[in-house]
Amino acid sequence: MKILVCISNVPDTTTKIKFVDNNTKFDTNGIQWIINPWDELALTRALQLKEESNGAIEKITVINVGLIDSEPTIRKALAIGADDAIRINAEPLDAYSVAAQMAEVIKKDPYDIIMAGIESSDYNGSLVGGMLAEFLDIPSVSSVSSLNIDGGNVELSREISGGKEILETKVPFLAIVQKGIAIDPRIPSMRGIMMARKKPLNVSEPIEVDSLTEYSVYELPKPKSKCKMVDPENVKELIDLLHNEAKII
Amino acid sequence: MSVLIFTENWDGKFKKLSYELISYGIEIAKKLNTSAVALSIGNVEDDELKVLGKYGIKKVISVKDDRLNNLVNQAYASVISDVAGKENADIVILSNNYSGKALAPGISVKLKAGVVAGAIALPSSFDPFTVSKMTFTGKADTKIIIKSAIKIITLSQNSFEVIESPTDVNIENISIEMKDADFQTEVKDVQKIKGKIILTDAEVVVSGGRGMKSAEHWGEIEELAELLGAATACSRPVSDEGWRPHEEHTGQTGKIIAPNLYIACGISGAIQHLAGVAASKCIVAINKDNEAPIFESADYGIIGDVHKVLPELIKAVKDFKSEG
Ligand SMILES: Cc1cc2nc3c(=O)[nH]c(=O)nc-3n(C[C@H](O)[C@H](O)[C@H](O)COP(=O)(O)OP(=O)(O)OC[C@H]3O[C@@H](n4cnc5c(N)ncnc54)[C@H](O)[C@@H]3O)c2cc1C
Ligand SMILES: Nc1ncnc2c1ncn2[C@@H]1O[C@H](COP(=O)(O)O)[C@@H](O)[C@H]1O
Repeated sequence: MKILVCISNVPDTTTKIKFVDNNTKFDTNGIQWIINPWDELALTRALQLKEESNGAIEKITVINVGLIDSEPTIRKALAIGADDAIRINAEPLDAYSVAAQMAEVIKKDPYDIIMAGIESSDYNGSLVGGMLAEFLDIPSVSSVSSLNIDGGNVELSREISGGKEILETKVPFLAIVQKGIAIDPRIPSMRGIMMARKKPLNVSEPIEVDSLTEYSVYELPKPKSKCKMVDPENVKELIDLLHNEAKII
Repeated sequence: MSVLIFTENWDGKFKKLSYELISYGIEIAKKLNTSAVALSIGNVEDDELKVLGKYGIKKVISVKDDRLNNLVNQAYASVISDVAGKENADIVILSNNYSGKALAPGISVKLKAGVVAGAIALPSSFDPFTVSKMTFTGKADTKIIIKSAIKIITLSQNSFEVIESPTDVNIENISIEMKDADFQTEVKDVQKIKGKIILTDAEVVVSGGRGMKSAEHWGEIEELAELLGAATACSRPVSDEGWRPHEEHTGQTGKIIAPNLYIACGISGAIQHLAGVAASKCIVAINKDNEAPIFESADYGIIGDVHKVLPELIKAVKDFKSEG
């Protein structure tokens, strides 16, 4: 069995976001890039499954659609423990084109389980995983918070509006994962970092594909007006403000 | 041309969220001089379907099929795409909740339709078709242009006002042929949260952080939440400690919510926490440290000990409610 984990390369949440060219471009200067947090958890779970599988899972591959500057992030995934990596050499234009690019490569060399994150922390689309499953014509299970394999059966739990579902499915399928799938992300060990340099990172050339959406203008939210302080001895005033000024209660 | 609105139901009932979607869809249809159609999937009684007319929808298509009682991504996406084709819809609207996130991508590929996920307002232009959404975990606002002929919008909760404009509803019950291949996942068990407001649906959220000190102190959070009709939430260390269930943790690695009011009790306001709550319309912070970063994002603040402030606040809300 083979598992594929989709990895998006995103700015670290703690870095400051700036825009250039009249706010039409994201300023990548000085940005610290990381593996999208959900993808890191997906990879962590994939590695655990491989270790528990007694050899039934042979390989964990990571895939990214990105230009050469996403390689440090891909190498980090290899250092954490992925066996090999694929980079599709294209600028990720929108979710549709990214999923189409990946589908093309995966169709030629299919995987049993594909994992993607619930959303990337830059464009917050929540789209790529579901689109990829549709392109590949395999079932997807969204908002997965646990995934276990028992022989040929896969048991998943997922969050739905207002509760939780336990599901069963068979491979191949795509899991769109969220919190719970793994508790803490694995961090690369020294040995992992050394080994990562020698692991295969295969670069694949992109196909022609249209993007369907375009980012036109970015705006930073208006700075919040200063926080209004309420005297702790007069909490009633807060209720008045929420009722009369903010008109929320 | 038409606007198709997928109105999800919860055990056969609609919620405010469904009315927000209808109001939003009707507004777009008006601007484009076309009609809007609502689509309901699953077992919803006609009387309940008629309720949607209160928000101005004239036509409701209902697909009832026992196989569609649980959300199966593939089957639902097929049904919605089929109906979009039949209705000649060029705009499809869903909610940006778990269901919308599960369905929009599949519909997008089937219809080759671009998606704006998590729209926060009406399109700012129809040519080019431009819609705003939050990006970079709430740190920026981005205008997205959809270039394809068919467009999909998933609407963020609490970002569009419910508008009432009652009209008669014409209900069309249709059946859609479904492929077995669309039912490869099998639901074994469903655990519904009963008698509690669901965090991702809530208009008001009362949240506690490490400053609450221990699980025993959550009684105050729950009491305040109950009084305000609010859901409860927490910061990550709180769920890591096991004081609260993991489902309640908000932030970069937890839930991302945008209620009208978020009350943060004993939460420092770390950037990873704010990533999940910064889009709230109004934030109230209670913290004993006047330099806690949460005050930079808050609209109203109280500097003080939560264990003293919360009982006072509970009392003030009770008084407010009894005064009517
Ligand atoms: C990769 C990564 C992802 C993360 N994701 C998340 C996430 O999704 N969500 C999240 O919440 N965190 C997340 N974190 C953790 C985050 O950085 C903070 O550590 C966390 O949010 C702090 O939680 P807290 O505010 O409850 O606790 P603390 O930082 O300990 O703050 C407690 C606050 O309570 C106040 N306080 C203490 N006693 C009282 C009292 N008696 N009365 C009033 N106030 C009091 C203190 O002044 C302080 O401000 C993440 C961290 C990393 C590195
Ligand atoms: N450029 C990319 N390359 C590989 N996987 C990606 C890429 N962009 C997004 N993904 C995957 O899709 C998930 C959801 O991303 P998004 O739809 O952009 O919110 C991410 O968590 C990744 O698993």
